[in-house]
Amino acid sequence: MATTPKTWGLLAQYETPKAIYKASERVRDAGYTRWDACTPFAVHGLDKAMGLKPSTLPWYVLVFGICGSLFALSFEVWAMGSEYPFIVQGKPLFSLPAFVPVWYEFTVLSSCLTVFFGNWVLNRLPQYYHPAFKSKAFARVTDDKFFIMIESADSRFDLDKTRDLLKDAGATHIEELED
Amino acid sequence: MSSTVIDRPTDITVPAGGLWAKLPLIAGVIGALCTLGTIAMMFGEHKDRAFFAYLFAFATVLSIALGALGFVLIQHVTRAGWSAVVRRIAEAAAATLPLFAVLFIPIAFLGFHNLYPWSHESDAILEAKRWWLGADLGNGSGSKFLIRAVMFFSVWSVLGLMLWRKSVAQDALIGDTAGRDKITHSLWTLSAGGIFLYALSLSFAAVDWMMSLQPHWFSTIYGVYYFAGAMVAFYAFLALTMMALQKGGMLKHAITTEHYHDVGKFTFGHTVFWAYITFCQFMLIWYANIPEETEFYMVRMEGGWDKVSLAMPIIHFFIPFLFLISRHVKRHRTGLAVGAVWMLVVHTIDIFWNVMPNQGAHGGGEHDGAAAGAAGEAVAAAAHAAPHFAVQLVDILALVGIAGLFLAAFAFLLKKSAVVCINEPRLFESLRHENY
Repeated sequence: MATTPKTWGLLAQYETPKAIYKASERVRDAGYTRWDACTPFAVHGLDKAMGLKPSTLPWYVLVFGICGSLFALSFEVWAMGSEYPFIVQGKPLFSLPAFVPVWYEFTVLSSCLTVFFGNWVLNRLPQYYHPAFKSKAFARVTDDKFFIMIESADSRFDLDKTRDLLKDAGATHIEELED
Repeated sequence: MSSTVIDRPTDITVPAGGLWAKLPLIAGVIGALCTLGTIAMMFGEHKDRAFFAYLFAFATVLSIALGALGFVLIQHVTRAGWSAVVRRIAEAAAATLPLFAVLFIPIAFLGFHNLYPWSHESDAILEAKRWWLGADLGNGSGSKFLIRAVMFFSVWSVLGLMLWRKSVAQDALIGDTAGRDKITHSLWTLSAGGIFLYALSLSFAAVDWMMSLQPHWFSTIYGVYYFAGAMVAFYAFLALTMMALQKGGMLKHAITTEHYHDVGKFTFGHTVFWAYITFCQFMLIWYANIPEETEFYMVRMEGGWDKVSLAMPIIHFFIPFLFLISRHVKRHRTGLAVGAVWMLVVHTIDIFWNVMPNQGAHGGGEHDGAAAGAAGEAVAAAAHAAPHFAVQLVDILALVGIAGLFLAAFAFLLKKSAVVCINEPRLFESLRHENY
């Protein structure tokens, strides 16, 4: 039954935003791709230091926003004009000005929901288990410590060399994470 | 989170011999000639058109200066950091406001009778509003109208000049941290009170000078409407001025793509705000369908104005919305320049559309004898006197005239000091500002 736990990756702790910024630049320049940085608060510019590409989220929002917009308008036209024609205030059945508030609000709503749920999907949330959860040190990521984790699945991953890189970049604590 | 040390910018004065140095003279001469030409036409055969053209040009250019004042007040009240490198531009534009008090003289004393029907007409609705509108003095101007105008210009001139002078005084205090901070604190205090006076004076000025052109008509959102347009026009003006200053050899490294991006965001945001306000005004009037209120749109749904009315949501909202929504456009110089020029043009059309159709409109009282002008037909009939949509030479002449004088005063003030708040405590924050 006993299986030897597989090394999932390395977890390195840094003390300051500046330290993790510098370390991220080192890891990025070393060519790693399967790694992440975790901080207790947003460190501005960290996405640049990590070499992250701009988020694709705006495009999803644009597409779903336009879809929601078209849906709301056509639904109003269909509902008010043909499915249940009803004269309100002596206005014509197709009264664009009267449709605008709902049209506008639905466009905003569909865009906002896309932002909210798109954010979850792109960040692979909710995540109930992660190897880092087993680390005692990692608990302080929500308090005052900064972490970089590099996965062993990365093609450049080498237990000793990667450990040296993280150490050299100023890590105050390094541990192996098991899957 | 750049670790490089940023130096205080040094290319901060208008270079001698450049276009910016000559601008006060060039724009001043052109502006003065065109303004005098317009005023001369106020004594000619088509004086009515000249008055309306002048008011249109005045309201259009004034909106840029008022937008600048609003911008400076907001920056101080919110203690904004990003805008420190561009605030002096707005301060100089806001400090031109006393000029508009002078430019208002033809409206107050020459055109008052011809512009504002309530100055000489009477009916039940107008008499009910008389306590606010005030009476005709008999010498060609209105008593309360004049008093209010003096109040508006006093507020704007004092605020505009003080914000500019204190900020310029701060430039000289490099090294004197206590003195520098004292000025910044006094600017905050001034702005906190000033922003209330600004909001009230701008709203009432829009009501007095533009809304009362059609004195039966009323819209409680009209002041906000003018403010929204003013902010759009100002941000577009700001973006273009930033580019022109950099072309002229100033602030080469101080103004970065990040600042253009932010100005672009505000241009975009206020375009949406304008559309929201404009549509609010329209929808309530359209839904309620009450004659005194629909009068405004009825005038603008015929005689060629209908095409402008229908084009407005498209050119002032949908096209710029889809264009300026892109991050890449806002961060791209040519893209932002196209957007800014577009917004200035459509804003000008918006004010033109607000002012010009009122020529020949009257209260419907004295002239046709209707008791209260309440009957829809009577109001509509009164509205029919509006001129057909057309751009005349005098409209262009007035716009070039007042815009020229404004630009001359603006460039003159920019030349008098550094073009950036060089000793502003948040300058370095602004210099390394980044959008995330």
